[in-house]
Amino acid sequence: MNIAWQDFTPWAALGGGALIGLAAALLMLANGQIAGISGVLGNLVRGPRQAGGWRLAFVAGLLLAPWLFAAFVPAAPATIEAGPLRLVIAGLFVGIGTRLGSGCTSGHGVCGLSRGSVRSLVATLAFMAAGFVTVFVLRHA
Amino acid sequence: MPLFTALIAGLVFGLGLLISGMSNPAKVLGFLDLGGRWDPSLAFVMVGAIVVATIGYALARRRARSWLDLSLQWPTARGIDRRLVLGGLVFGIGWGLAGFCPGPALVALGQGREQALIFVAAMLVGMGLFEWWQRR
Repeated sequence: MNIAWQDFTPWAALGGGALIGLAAALLMLANGQIAGISGVLGNLVRGPRQAGGWRLAFVAGLLLAPWLFAAFVPAAPATIEAGPLRLVIAGLFVGIGTRLGSGCTSGHGVCGLSRGSVRSLVATLAFMAAGFVTVFVLRHA
Repeated sequence: MPLFTALIAGLVFGLGLLISGMSNPAKVLGFLDLGGRWDPSLAFVMVGAIVVATIGYALARRRARSWLDLSLQWPTARGIDRRLVLGGLVFGIGWGLAGFCPGPALVALGQGREQALIFVAAMLVGMGLFEWWQRR
């Protein structure tokens, strides 16, 4: 295995990760809710009656975060290589898959594993494996 | 007050995605690319997030109600079924195709990236299709 040492950012990763965990903890301690982003969006898609204001507020926070971030440090880079067609297919897969599997990287990967949920561990292993294989096929096959 | 704490949680979550590099699809794909030059950073994001959230959840589990006197909505599903695994696999393929999962896509949308708008729109359509299929 070839490690990309020049891209490796362990401290930013740990620190940013800790903030993600802190946000998940806050949402449970204050609102009593799991910080699963696909679950939040899925409930918003169902219609305003099921939505609950907290979901809109949480999504608003995510959308506003880059503005707050940019007020203190230069804008975080985001390199998006995928073209429009691939973005559409990827979006459809992520939308359907996360609802079918009841969660994504946040709901299963962070919140579920932090609760010690075996179900979330299985889901996390499944999406990680599929992600590894997909990138391998796209880049090396 | 619940709206305020949810807004703060969303902001902190988004800042975490930005600082950690999770909001950058190229970095996510660098982690998923085991066969190329592998960037292990995202494993560290998971470790940082899980350590802090585990402590927070341990504190929450000792409580009957939240700080704001709301009920604690712990997930109750336990079963490991085909749906869970198939859903995980489908999501993983989509994640690997573009390097976006739902949270980072919303952050990139907040940054005004037009590609993120395409992805998020398709993702919401996918979620809507799933709802429609469920209700049939």
